[in-house]
Amino acid sequence: MAKKNTAAGNAAAGRKKLTESNLLLLITVVIFVVMYAGAMVFLQKGFLKPQTFFNILNANAALIITACGMSLVMITGGIDISVGGVVALVSMCCAVYLDYMGGNVFVSLLIALGIGLAFGVVQGYLVAYLDIQPFIVSLAGMFFARGMTTIVHTAPFNVENETFVALKNTRIYVPGMGTVNKLGKYVPAYVEIGVIIALLVVVVLFCALKWTKAGRNFYAVGGNRQSALMLGINVKRTRFLAQLLCGVLAGIGGYVYFLHVGSGSASHASGMEMNAIASSIIGGTLLTGGVGNIFGTFVGVLSLSTIQNIVSSIGLDQAWWTGITVAAMLCIFLIIQSVILRRRQ
Amino acid sequence: MKVKNKQIFIPLAALLLLALFNLAMDPSFFKISLGNNSAGDPVLTGYLMTILDYGSEVAILAIGMTLVTAACGGQDISVGAAVAIAGSVILRVLVGQGGDGTLQAPIIVAFLIACVVAMLFGAFNGVLVAIFNIQPMVATLILYTAGRSIAAWINNNELPIVTDQTFTYFGGFIPGIPVPTPFFLAVVCVVLILLALKFTNLGLYTQAVGINASSSRLNGLNPTFIKWLSFVILGLCVAVVGLIKTSRLSTINYSVIAKDIEMDAILAVALGGNALSGGKFNIMASILGAYVIQFLTTTLYKFNVSSDALPAYKAVVVIILVVISAPAVKDKLAAYGKKWKKQKEVG
Repeated sequence: MAKKNTAAGNAAAGRKKLTESNLLLLITVVIFVVMYAGAMVFLQKGFLKPQTFFNILNANAALIITACGMSLVMITGGIDISVGGVVALVSMCCAVYLDYMGGNVFVSLLIALGIGLAFGVVQGYLVAYLDIQPFIVSLAGMFFARGMTTIVHTAPFNVENETFVALKNTRIYVPGMGTVNKLGKYVPAYVEIGVIIALLVVVVLFCALKWTKAGRNFYAVGGNRQSALMLGINVKRTRFLAQLLCGVLAGIGGYVYFLHVGSGSASHASGMEMNAIASSIIGGTLLTGGVGNIFGTFVGVLSLSTIQNIVSSIGLDQAWWTGITVAAMLCIFLIIQSVILRRRQ
Repeated sequence: MKVKNKQIFIPLAALLLLALFNLAMDPSFFKISLGNNSAGDPVLTGYLMTILDYGSEVAILAIGMTLVTAACGGQDISVGAAVAIAGSVILRVLVGQGGDGTLQAPIIVAFLIACVVAMLFGAFNGVLVAIFNIQPMVATLILYTAGRSIAAWINNNELPIVTDQTFTYFGGFIPGIPVPTPFFLAVVCVVLILLALKFTNLGLYTQAVGINASSSRLNGLNPTFIKWLSFVILGLCVAVVGLIKTSRLSTINYSVIAKDIEMDAILAVALGGNALSGGKFNIMASILGAYVIQFLTTTLYKFNVSSDALPAYKAVVVIILVVISAPAVKDKLAAYGKKWKKQKEVG
């Protein structure tokens, strides 16, 4: 597989000068396609059905959104490990509001956005204007969010608000992707509302990063803060904006997560921040900042969950194998990045 | 005013503040009484003893974390997972698979094997950071993700139980000595590292590499080795904590053991006034920081804060600390101070 990648990379480099960003993206896409095709050929059963792919999307819509926010921050050279905590806090607050206070769905969405915005503003201010290490700031953010979640409500519970449950069970059917089951009945393929939101976020951010001035500023600040300053870019405001957007996206991601699981629990989304970072890295975002691609992050999330699906479907469903394979994949990608960075220097 | 410039001032001030707070709220916090434990041996009990006992775990980790922070300018977030691995190895060697709980090997052998394993994992992190130049926090993310899975895998997801009494000494009390053993282990670790710092160039080299890796290389140091070494030393600290943690329970819980201890260790380093971006460091300040954090934790427990809600309060403390010590805020405060002085002079 490695040989194939370098071959593909070289061929592409021959045609057009390949930037690091595109090379990393190419590696990710090739690995994902090879992995999924391999699963289709060797494992068959589930992977031949389009619905398996849509289920991966359904289960990971929230991760896609938070990982996009994470990529934004990482492109500017920061990091935000509070997203998992924010997702848990959002789902708990919304659940308590809907069930115990009899609130309506629209306001709960506003609550989710408000929590995300609050985390984004505070963390952004501390990181950008007081110049405190993003890792420490978001570490405190994570602590705070996790602690607050249990203070709001301790025991996990399911939400029974009617409008919400209706929204949760809304299925959007994908035409032409259904399969015929054993009884000869046609089963249409579907996605949940969260997937639509996630795809929207991916497209909007992709375009914004590629074609707007603010988007290019993110790359400039992450690439070299000093020269960005000399170019007249407001470095502080750009970093603030990245952290802010990450917080807001964590809020949206939290609501999508809530919409998927339909319950509030303090243990929700544990380790999500690490999955988001891992997806961004696999998707070709460089940790040092300045290089990254939202589409890559999207593929990164898909790769991550595909490998988890493969691991569980070949019978190694013990929880520990998932952890080990994800870590191994992360390790490989980090080393590839490091080699690429060294070659550039 | 001289003390104010010293690094140790921050943890000392925090300790004093906490102690005063407790004194004001409930002086019985400081009561230490001599009682008997379940085995009938005399032991000292009281909140202060709890702090000495549990703070020692964080203190031992803080030693290694300080070195890693100083040399690499980043933190190791995998120590909790690594503690799980070390503990799992100890139990695997002691009890074996499907054993009845009696010791299959001397405790010292199990501990030494755990040391080797933990140092190997430390070396793995070290290679990623030192040779591949990956940010420490992200390089250790790998072990953070896989560590607890590896720990469970070592024992085939079984939960071996040690029935031998001597094994409980390391996390509890040695008969006849009323002070908890982890404190002595921490003292041994501290003495060892202080001797190493005094009689070798470890401290100087670590600072040099942390301040500027490339210029220290030009001066004939080997930054790659120094960075790698700091992770190996942290591995050793992890093995000691693994021993304490498994000894406390005589068994292991893979997903809960040493959970979030990495955050406490990093916090101890930050509280000790060490620059989290590397460079100058002060081990004693970190160790004091570790006990201060345990002081805070115990205080919160005393006021019936549940262990799940604890992080929220800790976060507030962290934020206050980092904001106060942020250069931007410091400059502003200094400017206000000058203004105030000037006004006073004019007045």
